[in-house]
Amino acid sequence: MAYETQLIYKPEQQNYTIIREFDAARDKVFLAFTQAELYARWFMPAESKLTIETMNAVSGGTYKHTHYQGGAPFSFYGVFHEVIAPELIIKTSEFIGLPFKVQPVMELFQFDSISPQKTRVIIEVVCPSITQRDAMVNAGMKPALDITHQQLDLILAQ
Amino acid sequence: MRRDAFQGVADPIRRDILMAIIHQPLSLNQVAERFPVTRQAISKHIKILSECGLITIQQQGRERLCEVHAQGLDDIADWLTDFKRLWDARFSRLDKLLDELK
Repeated sequence: MAYETQLIYKPEQQNYTIIREFDAARDKVFLAFTQAELYARWFMPAESKLTIETMNAVSGGTYKHTHYQGGAPFSFYGVFHEVIAPELIIKTSEFIGLPFKVQPVMELFQFDSISPQKTRVIIEVVCPSITQRDAMVNAGMKPALDITHQQLDLILAQ
Repeated sequence: MRRDAFQGVADPIRRDILMAIIHQPLSLNQVAERFPVTRQAISKHIKILSECGLITIQQQGRERLCEVHAQGLDDIADWLTDFKRLWDARFSRLDKLLDELK
């Protein structure tokens, strides 16, 4: 079954939290977040052609992935600060491709085992400032959202 | 400087001002009386809220009446809904993948 996604957002804070449960064992959910070939299959819509150039999900490892929106490439790079399989990931995420430097956000993923076949994922994204979070929202999210909407439309049309 | 609704609600005093006028419009002086900060500070926050499209200010005689501009708040709500939808779609794909992995 599909669970409700909880989004906790406070305008005065530079972070937001996303909580979701999955009908799968914690090991499997953790793999889907850390193994390149699995991650590529769900993180972005199929038509944005997400490719994972690097994903070494161990403490001190790095990742880089690229997807396309309207023909333009969008890359994200980051460092895994700490990885404790299958319960915790702390990593940075930096948007690459702008002529100026964008400070990375920090992302914390917590994987809680509710039962052998049920897992809760808590994602906390901490931005360097409220201003940057809002810039991210306005500049970065909108194109991705349009694509997601298109994909939704396709699914609904079936 | 570019202003948007998010910037408007980023400050706790500005959120309190919005809450104070959400049910009934208040004059700038009435707003200022409710907060333990200088009138100048309130005046500045009101100006920012107005530039962010979150409130409208109408001149009524000698008073300036501050009123919530609902569309501005809707912009924030819309974004949150869209953003939630992005993650919903993402997690639906993950549900499917996890199902295949079983």
